[in-house]
Amino acid sequence: MYIYDNYDQTMVDERVNQYRDQTQRFLAGELAAEEFQHLRLRNGLYIQRLAPMLRVAVPYGMLNSPQLRKLAYICRHFDRGYAHFTTRQNVQYNWPKLEEVPDILAELASVQMHAIQTSGNCIRNVTSDQYAGVAIDEIEDSRPWAELIRQWSTFHPEYNWLPRKFKVAVTGAREDRAAIQVHDIGVRLVERDGKVGFQILVGGGLGRTPVIAPVIRDYLDKEHLLTYLEAILRVYNRFGNRENKYKARIKILVRAMTPDVFAAKVEQEWLALRDGPDTLTEAEINRVKACFSRPAYADLTNDPLVLVSALKENFAFKAWCSRNAKPHQQAGYVIANLAMKATGVAPGDVTDEQLETIADLADQYSFGEIRVTHEQNVTFSDVRQDELYNLWQALCVAELASPNLGLLTDIICCPGGDYCSLANAKSIPVAEAIQRQFDDLDYLHDLGDLDINISGCMNACGHHHVGNIGILGVDKKGAEFYQISIGGSASNDAALAKILGPSFAQEAIPSVIQKLVDVYLTRRESDEQFLETYSRIGIQPYKDSVYA
Amino acid sequence: MPSIIKDQVIIVSPFVTLSVADANTSTANCLLPMAYYIDHHATLRNRQDIGIWVTAGEAVEDIAAYVHQLAVIALDFPHFGDGRGYSSATILRRQLGYQGEIRAIGDVRRDQLEQMQRCGINAYELAEGQDIQSSAAGLAGFSFNYQASIDRPAPLFRQR
Repeated sequence: MYIYDNYDQTMVDERVNQYRDQTQRFLAGELAAEEFQHLRLRNGLYIQRLAPMLRVAVPYGMLNSPQLRKLAYICRHFDRGYAHFTTRQNVQYNWPKLEEVPDILAELASVQMHAIQTSGNCIRNVTSDQYAGVAIDEIEDSRPWAELIRQWSTFHPEYNWLPRKFKVAVTGAREDRAAIQVHDIGVRLVERDGKVGFQILVGGGLGRTPVIAPVIRDYLDKEHLLTYLEAILRVYNRFGNRENKYKARIKILVRAMTPDVFAAKVEQEWLALRDGPDTLTEAEINRVKACFSRPAYADLTNDPLVLVSALKENFAFKAWCSRNAKPHQQAGYVIANLAMKATGVAPGDVTDEQLETIADLADQYSFGEIRVTHEQNVTFSDVRQDELYNLWQALCVAELASPNLGLLTDIICCPGGDYCSLANAKSIPVAEAIQRQFDDLDYLHDLGDLDINISGCMNACGHHHVGNIGILGVDKKGAEFYQISIGGSASNDAALAKILGPSFAQEAIPSVIQKLVDVYLTRRESDEQFLETYSRIGIQPYKDSVYA
Repeated sequence: MPSIIKDQVIIVSPFVTLSVADANTSTANCLLPMAYYIDHHATLRNRQDIGIWVTAGEAVEDIAAYVHQLAVIALDFPHFGDGRGYSSATILRRQLGYQGEIRAIGDVRRDQLEQMQRCGINAYELAEGQDIQSSAAGLAGFSFNYQASIDRPAPLFRQR
């Protein structure tokens, strides 16, 4: 992974000091509350319903074991013993004290971590494919490019006060696991005539106005990545709506201008920036790529005997593998996923002890590195196939072996009304009620791929628009209700879910989900997945069943 | 006459900002609204004591033909969270080659000065109620910066 040099470390250390000074001036009454609010947000600190919330950046989801142990230490010493993996591959603490945040940041800086630009109207933490560098469908590893974007966007002086927040996602694989079509900028590595470059999408997003991003440039040579992004940001910074925060995201600007006119405006702006100083050099690309070189893989073959016999003998292991293990580029290796979705635990929540266990297991089984996924799970990217059974047994002991990756119970869920002051309704208890309704593992495996995404309000942190089934908390005359939608996807076939009809009370949700699933089971043909059946038969049969 | 920070030093500026209502061609040492200046350019073009001020929504490219005749170009920040002036300053320096004073006016506060400086703003008239002496500390930025900017034209990667 990317290792800081003296330059990177100095900047992060200086940021801790700068933020400490800002906090002290605020506490001394020298800095107005409104001003400090903007400054603390740019360092990931929200004031929530019950306490402040600190969002820590995990660039494109990568963490090493010392960082995991530090996150555990912070849970224990500054928080209440647990943290939360977010839908943007970050980590959140729900109970830090405002006056202790500078100390937390200093702890993070000691392991090359920070909370820079994890909130506020600026360029946020860049996200990517959790299988980057090991996925079998990869065109090129996206992480060096994500890191180059991270560096370019960090403390960019021109784009620290944008009309609204700004999120960039990068993918280098054929299957889009980074949801690039619902980001402000989506960067996709593509091959054209034997040459690899970028396809650039702009103006996707969820929230109040969900939009699938249009392509605004089909191919861009690699060295131009940063200057081209700069041109996009400049057009947005100058012309984005600053009057109405609900119309301030770039998707609204792109839609108002039309994608063609927006693209032309970017190209025109780019004329002034193209081949300028931020044009990437071969040396810099190679320097960053070297940080993501392949680990020291052993010379192995696929399907070793120890794995084959364990799969034969242990049904539970086999069930876990069928969902949670994914094929790897390197012979004899496998990608293993830890679904952080045990029933009764808020999706994405992780305790200090679990973080330490994950760190130990990563050291033992996966070169000391993990990735946080946007589905709020954890990926061990480089596990030997002949050690997978041992890893699974260790995960069982640690209660981290939920075999439900990608299944109905692998629910993406925001913190909701239990924590968040923006939420209209709670989301965690809804997730739990659904998990309790669907507790038969054989049944779940038979259902196959089915994403349920839950957001407590229309800000859509739980990405409900792109869930195969989406659940949105709404306020109905002061009571918490839930609107159900169906047919969304965040993958290559990205689609926005359609609203089923009138909303439901919390108690009704598990039975509504059951009815939707029953329609699928009754109507599916051969091995159709949930989304495929929906695409074929349309929304009406589901409406008929739910509102009968 | 306002006290400003200019090129890291606190000075009293001879230039006074005139509102749209007060704009005229006879006041000495003043900053006129950009649109007014363009309209009266024929009268004002040989004056050495005239600058302009630009609203956040105005395009600085509109003044491209005249920038080199202006002693001061002030950029108005209607709210410290409105970042359009950072792009205006960058365009003035990099695209229009403006070498004179670029002054931030309006809701200008200590914690934004460092970012303004990096975009080529070199003078600051602070918002009412802000302490100019202590605010000057806000100009101290980071030892390094990743990306190219006006004050450090080469990105960090070219030194690595």
